[in-house]
Amino acid sequence: MSYLFSHWRLIGVLTLQHLGLVSAALAIALAIALPLGIFAARVPRASALLLGLLGALYAIPSLALLAVLVRYFGLGAAPVIAVLATYAQFILVRNIAAALRAVPRAQLDAARGIGMSSRQQFWRVELPLASPIMIGGLRLATVALIAIAALGGYVGAGGLGNEIFFGLQRRYLEQTLAGSIPAALLAIAADAAFRALERAATRRTAG
Amino acid sequence: MDGVSFDIPAGSFTVLLGPSGCGKSTLLRTVNRLVTPGSGTVTVGGRDVASIEPTALRRATGYVIQAVGLFAHMTVTQNIAVVPELLHWDRERIARRTDDLLELVGLDPLRYRSRFPRELSGGEQQRVGVARAIAAEPQVLLMDEPFGAVDAIARRSLQDEMLRIVRTLQTTVLFVTHDVEEALRLADRIAVMRDGKLLQYATPEEMLGAPANAYIAQLFAVNADLRRYDTLRNALGQET
Repeated sequence: MSYLFSHWRLIGVLTLQHLGLVSAALAIALAIALPLGIFAARVPRASALLLGLLGALYAIPSLALLAVLVRYFGLGAAPVIAVLATYAQFILVRNIAAALRAVPRAQLDAARGIGMSSRQQFWRVELPLASPIMIGGLRLATVALIAIAALGGYVGAGGLGNEIFFGLQRRYLEQTLAGSIPAALLAIAADAAFRALERAATRRTAG
Repeated sequence: MDGVSFDIPAGSFTVLLGPSGCGKSTLLRTVNRLVTPGSGTVTVGGRDVASIEPTALRRATGYVIQAVGLFAHMTVTQNIAVVPELLHWDRERIARRTDDLLELVGLDPLRYRSRFPRELSGGEQQRVGVARAIAAEPQVLLMDEPFGAVDAIARRSLQDEMLRIVRTLQTTVLFVTHDVEEALRLADRIAVMRDGKLLQYATPEEMLGAPANAYIAQLFAVNADLRRYDTLRNALGQET
């Protein structure tokens, strides 16, 4: 463990980079997944096809997808963020659609009958009531992306993958651990944080 | 629905009575344009509702449903304030109005203001549902089996309160139920429907005295026995 402690400053920077990759990817992924999820919830016929497609993307090994995307995006953070955003789609869209479908009918009827516009119905009633399941999806996606973001080490995107990648290359276990242990802790922390949010949202929206 | 046509006097309490699937809820929902009739018109206060923008129409029309549909993530006050807020009332007026409404429906504002729907009984929830529906002083109040899901005792007191509230507000009420007893308790006028048709539209007295056909006669006769039993039981209950 002496490597980890003597390089804590570097590990700190890499951890922040790692978080940066994951957050950027999540932001992009959400911007795409929210409309797709709403579509899937509203049009059940199309949702099977859409989820099948996203499931197929999800099944591509992440390293292979990264190799393909590097051809288009070049080296650096961009292809990694693209891979992460792609992987998150399946989890996010499925959860957003399920969350919206689980909103109690009566509250939607009331929102409409009381005179809310469709936009108001969505932002004021549907989205808040769907938030617990949506946050659950965000949690799963975040944990998965923290793991996959380690691939960044292969293509010069930075992040904790650097230490894992270089450690493997040099057969220097301590360096590999200095990347993988913080990544694991990051995933555990993210999981706990989102769980807390999820619980709070559930308490708020329980009928 | 077929050939359903009748006029409801302003300020009256009209009950749409009929078995489930007879079209009474659908008819109710044409009034605030939740349902658009294939043909025919619905006018409120002389205006064809089809000419009014749906959200504006609904904000000016109270709507209460059996499932209540209080917003789970909002407090009692926030629920009641929804329509006034959509209408951009100022904060102070809303606060005053929500407290007044809670008192009107028999809930102590101090105790209930900041509760969430899950912390209320079924009857209390529907009281808030009624308060929410009448918050912006609608001309017309639509109620779709509002007390169908609450227990018999709570239903009784809700019916009584409803009559008191409606008398205070002088709102025109359209009330859907399949419960003959409830119709007789509440209605100024009853519209009996079956299979999408209007069978009779009359005051309870007229309907009991001169039912338009055998179906209606039977509908009320069965209930007359129940009513007699009910009265008897009440009388006995008061003695003991």
